[in-house]
Amino acid sequence: MMLTLIILIPLLAGIFAFMMKSEGAKGLALASSLITLGIVAWASCEAYNAPVSFSIPWIPSLGAGFSLMADGMSTMLCLLTAIVVPVVIITNWNKTVDKPWSFYGFMLLSQAGLLGVFLSYDALLFYFFWELALIPVYFLCSRWGGEKRIPVTFKFFVYTFVGSLMMLAGIIYLASQTSGPDAYSWNSIMQAGRALPAEQQQIVFWLIFIAFAIKMPIFPFHTWQPDTYEQSPTPVTIILSALMVKMGLFAVLRWLLPVLPQGVAFWSNTVIILSIIGIVYASLLAIVQTDLKRLVAYSSIAHMGLMSAAAFSSSNVGMHGIMVQMFNHGINITGMWLIVSMVENRWGTRDMTKLGGMATAAPKMAIALVIISLANIALPLTNGFIGEFMLFNGLFQGASPYHITFMVIAGLGVILGAVYTLNMVQRTAYGNTTDMVIAKDLTANEYLGLFIIIGIILILGVYPKPLLDMTAGIARVLVP
Amino acid sequence: MKAIIAATIFGILMMFASILMKDKKAMANLAIASLLVLFGINIWDLISTPAGSSQAYFNNMLSISYYGQMFNTLMTGCTLLYALLVSKEIQRVGAHVAEYFALIFFILCGVYLLSGYNNLLMLFIGIEIMSIPQYILAGSDKRNLKSSEAALKYFLMGSFSTGILLMGITLLYGATGTFSIAGLAFLQSGTISMMAVAGILFVMMALAFKVSAAPMHMWTPDVYDGAPTPFTAYMATVVKAAAFVAFLHLFTYSFGNVSHTWLLVLSVITALTLFVGNVTAVFQQSVKRMLAYSSIAQAGFMLFAVLASNTMAAQQGMIIYAVAYSVATIGIFAVLMKMKDYTYDGFNGLAQKEPLLAFVATIFILSLAGIPLTGGFMAKYYVVMAAVQTGQLMWLVIFGLLMAAISVYYYFRVIIAMYFKQGNAELSSPVTSGDKFMLILTCLLVILLGIAPQLFLVNI
Repeated sequence: MMLTLIILIPLLAGIFAFMMKSEGAKGLALASSLITLGIVAWASCEAYNAPVSFSIPWIPSLGAGFSLMADGMSTMLCLLTAIVVPVVIITNWNKTVDKPWSFYGFMLLSQAGLLGVFLSYDALLFYFFWELALIPVYFLCSRWGGEKRIPVTFKFFVYTFVGSLMMLAGIIYLASQTSGPDAYSWNSIMQAGRALPAEQQQIVFWLIFIAFAIKMPIFPFHTWQPDTYEQSPTPVTIILSALMVKMGLFAVLRWLLPVLPQGVAFWSNTVIILSIIGIVYASLLAIVQTDLKRLVAYSSIAHMGLMSAAAFSSSNVGMHGIMVQMFNHGINITGMWLIVSMVENRWGTRDMTKLGGMATAAPKMAIALVIISLANIALPLTNGFIGEFMLFNGLFQGASPYHITFMVIAGLGVILGAVYTLNMVQRTAYGNTTDMVIAKDLTANEYLGLFIIIGIILILGVYPKPLLDMTAGIARVLVP
Repeated sequence: MKAIIAATIFGILMMFASILMKDKKAMANLAIASLLVLFGINIWDLISTPAGSSQAYFNNMLSISYYGQMFNTLMTGCTLLYALLVSKEIQRVGAHVAEYFALIFFILCGVYLLSGYNNLLMLFIGIEIMSIPQYILAGSDKRNLKSSEAALKYFLMGSFSTGILLMGITLLYGATGTFSIAGLAFLQSGTISMMAVAGILFVMMALAFKVSAAPMHMWTPDVYDGAPTPFTAYMATVVKAAAFVAFLHLFTYSFGNVSHTWLLVLSVITALTLFVGNVTAVFQQSVKRMLAYSSIAQAGFMLFAVLASNTMAAQQGMIIYAVAYSVATIGIFAVLMKMKDYTYDGFNGLAQKEPLLAFVATIFILSLAGIPLTGGFMAKYYVVMAAVQTGQLMWLVIFGLLMAAISVYYYFRVIIAMYFKQGNAELSSPVTSGDKFMLILTCLLVILLGIAPQLFLVNI
């Protein structure tokens, strides 16, 4: 019941927000997201030792159930979602949006979808939530986005929708192979997948993986991503990059690796190579960007590439690293986007060639930028370090014969990451100060939002044990 | 059976009403009341038919099963919904309002025959009873050249396909010596004669025409575009669904054993239908014409059920598809009829002017595009699942799903126009609170179908 509440609260609050038709929707959204955070925190405590699950029949004739399950990985991602959404609402509190009731309504619906994806333990339900998370984002971007929003969002939607449909075909195929009453439950799907002969697993692998590859995104399925991030309003960009791309990775860990082991074994080198190409390619592109949003977008592709490479390296420590890094990357990139949007609001541009001198004009903001940037390049004592360390460790211990090569090339990403991130810090925080002196420093709500982010960065950087403990069991299940 | 008699009586009643009554509105109200009664009679029939059984009439030429009765009930429900939503538009088409409704009752009578025929002659009679009123309805806007053109085109092409159907039936009779569905089921793969195969293919072509499957779809865009919009809405939904149920019935119970003779041909027809419908719809500038092509595309998905006719999911999927597609299409046509300009640009900025209209239209479109939480998703889901279960149509499933992705392009253009473009969408008539109530009800029905499809399912 607790798990149902986690999904139900944002869902109902979202629907209610639409009907309010007043500025109060903002308050409702904040209240609902804080309540959700409370319940998620409670659920995390409950699920800390043993998974919590909930199941009732839904469409009996199909064998689909409304079953939810919260283990360490799910609760961690729910926690991430539940933290990011209120932070976004708090930092954007003073910003006026057109028709706030629909804006926040869609935000909450999307949150409900995300939480549902992380909790569902039934393939059909999973697919439902997967789409439920997507549709509101489509409307958010197309309605409140930048100048080129309509074609860009449309491309994004069609891309992900094609992926989803292929996944649907894969799910139906697996479900048709099951026997017994609960055809769509995770257990049935897993057994059906494992029982398939290797050649079939190799085909079904792509049917299912393509959806996740587009969502993450890994090279060469990433082309929707920089444009969409650039055109979306920042709160939506945060939802997309901090939470929605995690859906792809989470789905790989839950619905692909355990289900099609032989298919994964066959294709893992291909996927790792694609991911590593993505790391280097995106990092190089990030270096030449002058637009802050595009820079962060490419850096996100690079980080996700590393995670997906580790996901297919079949090493225990790598898996564990992904779980930790999913959380940390979500927090860091949220901080990044918040700063980017503050810069844009104050100085009206995201072009780094025109920026500079934030450290004198807005010293608090500059400090926040530096800390978050350092976390983004995984400096020790920030949360990024432990995750990235484990990822490289995992890649190094991987089962593939080329594991050392993989690791070395992927390691380039770290160096390149430092290049573009530090370059960005230099060009925005320091340097030419002519136009930027007039701006105000952080307002109280922005301060609060960044304080939460930086607090998490530092605490988990120094003491990552809770996060590690929470997800250790899952990693052991995935790679025995 | 009670429903067939009642539908005929109501049809005749409406014809007399046109002489006795002067007020258009009263005629429409009488028709709606009759439909309500008819719906009640159908439910009565449904309750009195035990699940899994069927009742035979006319020397076993008609045998109404629980499944068929369920279909009849749901289609009558859709007709009722349709009449409630668009009765005002029907009154605007021309002077003979009562006749229009009389024709709709006759169409329903044909629908009932098609869901329960047990003999090829009954199939033929059902199709004719259903088609001839449609030819008249297509041409009911007599002053409009396009409407007359649509009627003539539909009539000529329709009679031609009926001829092919008769030819096929004759060949089957020649090969087997029987008209009965059960008799034809004795066709076996080893011993089937060339004449029987030719008969099967002829019948298939004729039925493909009725459901507007490519390459027999050429009439559809012109007829749907030319016919008065309220009647297009009806042709594209209930009538098409009934033709599909007839198609499915025949190919399940008569030709199921000899599927090797027709499966490949029908798969190609399906692929072609999906391709032509979806790709051509992309290039349309008028929403009405787009919906005509989209109905071809949707027919492609319904053909999945016929292809996988031996599975339970196909039978269930057909009902879900028929209802989900009919409700959403009737809904979107009801919105379309409120618009003055049927092009995409005519929808620009509708969300600012009429938020409710835009919202319900969005739900209907999401359903047609097959997005989860709407009936359209569940419908597509069932038929795709049926096709997967056959084990040999995976290529077609993937092709179909890619085509479904294309469909997002043209469906979402309407959403983009309504919500994200600036403009002054003009309405042809004001939206009354009665309209709003009905639209919201339709919209809730679409969502209910998407969340709890088992409410509409029968086990056969």
